[in-house]
Amino acid sequence: MEGHSTQQHLENHIAQWRIYLQRRQSIHSVDIAELEDHLREEIAALTRSGLSSDEAFLVAVKRMGSFDELSREFAREHSERLWKQLVLPSEHPLSARSDGFTAILFAVVAGIFVKIPELFGLHIGVDDGFYARNMGIFVLPVLAGYFALKREPDTARFIGLGIAFALAGVFGNIYPFGASQYTEVLSILHLPIALWFAVGIAYAGRRWKDVAGRMDFIRFSGEFFIYYVLIALGGGVLTAFLTMMFQSIGMKPEWFIQSWLVPCGAAGAVLIASWLVEAKQSVIENMAPVLTRLFTPLFTALLITFLVTVFVTGKAIDLQREVLIAFDLLLIVVLGLLLYSISARDTKLPPGFFDRMQVILIISALLADAVALWAISARITEFGFTPNRVAALGVNIILLVNLAWSAVLYLRFLADRGPFADLERWQTNYLPVYAAWSAIVVIAFPPLFGYM
Amino acid sequence: MDFNKDLIAASSTPIVLAILAEGDSYGYAIIKRVQELSGGRMEWTDGMLYPVLHRLERLGYIKARWQEAENGRRRKYYRITASGRAQLAEERKQWQTVDALLRGIWRTGSLRTSTA
Repeated sequence: MEGHSTQQHLENHIAQWRIYLQRRQSIHSVDIAELEDHLREEIAALTRSGLSSDEAFLVAVKRMGSFDELSREFAREHSERLWKQLVLPSEHPLSARSDGFTAILFAVVAGIFVKIPELFGLHIGVDDGFYARNMGIFVLPVLAGYFALKREPDTARFIGLGIAFALAGVFGNIYPFGASQYTEVLSILHLPIALWFAVGIAYAGRRWKDVAGRMDFIRFSGEFFIYYVLIALGGGVLTAFLTMMFQSIGMKPEWFIQSWLVPCGAAGAVLIASWLVEAKQSVIENMAPVLTRLFTPLFTALLITFLVTVFVTGKAIDLQREVLIAFDLLLIVVLGLLLYSISARDTKLPPGFFDRMQVILIISALLADAVALWAISARITEFGFTPNRVAALGVNIILLVNLAWSAVLYLRFLADRGPFADLERWQTNYLPVYAAWSAIVVIAFPPLFGYM
Repeated sequence: MDFNKDLIAASSTPIVLAILAEGDSYGYAIIKRVQELSGGRMEWTDGMLYPVLHRLERLGYIKARWQEAENGRRRKYYRITASGRAQLAEERKQWQTVDALLRGIWRTGSLRTSTA
């Protein structure tokens, strides 16, 4: 009887210990099972050497390490788990409220930045070219500053980012763009992409060197995009009501909407969306992976149907001039689907149905793109090398290389010849390529093409 | 002995891989083996071993499987893979270099000639 109740007592202790661990979301139940096996071994060994079961339990738990330390170590290795539930037990806890206050303050600063050029006689609605070229330069440094402050402040990084944004300001504005605006539009499109990379460095801080840190930035980017679109939709509704209500009393609020509400709102929303992603990452399921799950099968079906149709009917791709841009967009979508399924995947799960689906998606996208490239290669000299076409071709090649190698790595993983982490590493290491290409388009294209 | 945290972190990979190169094993046994080999001078906080094992698994150096142990409990066993052995050989070279260097430094002053 005595032995039985001691055993029962120990079981209660272990059950209690398990419950404490379960509260740490960076530690999954399968890990708890592994740790529990360890704990029981240790207790058994200690009991054999003469300790009572209570003492053995205490010593074994102590040797296992504190709950905080344990969950921090697990969180470091499994940072993807933090995205759903847990808030990393941070060493400098910043309360949610003060964090929100900081974000709103920065949002206001971003809104003010947008209006500063007005003091120098540059007006929205008149100097739209200036505003389009500089929107990213007004807002993204504020966002980078927000992250740089939230992470551990580091003077070297501050200076580096400052130089990057200053260079962006210079190269975005010094060129005497011509009336046809081709290279100007390219610069407007590519500058924010290069700057987003700088935001990434501020976002990840010291962790930028790690695959996990850069992967977190990819996750952040996806969620940010979704939040931003949602905020923009809400802003649209607000604007519609504002117009309707003031018109009903015979006033015209257009001037306010065009030069205040939309530009300042768009700038401030960047900060608010970023803060929301950070604040809500711990509360709700990430949305980008959910959308990925939904659309991967649909895009795969579309691509396969397209390829089969081309193959069966022998129809050639109608060579409209900007067909390459359409296929660039297709590759971007496929890359997005790939990235956000990678970002949400548990790297240790064995290959499954969805992985095979991903591979089919990538390969069919590569085939469709190859068909388009083949069709266009014959005529590219005839069309001439305009800046738009060179930019489109460059993007196409960059994406093609990324997806082709991703397909190889994915197939190796499916054949059990390589870890899934290779694919993760490839994608996160590829990020600088996008930034470098964007920088080239912004810096080198205008002079190369005579500012046309 | 109190070890430098960074040293523990850096040496954990070759130590775990080397132990698994001796044969498949599981967490508790690995910890015991470390204690035994170091004559009890090197003690890891037990729980810290598991994130290390999970990292090595993610990198493809080791593979895990659940299996029933002799006491009837389910236990997670780890096995070293081919790429794990390659990594171990690589780490071994690096550690030997560091080791040789330190020995060299510590020997100067004691006037002993090299035994190598």
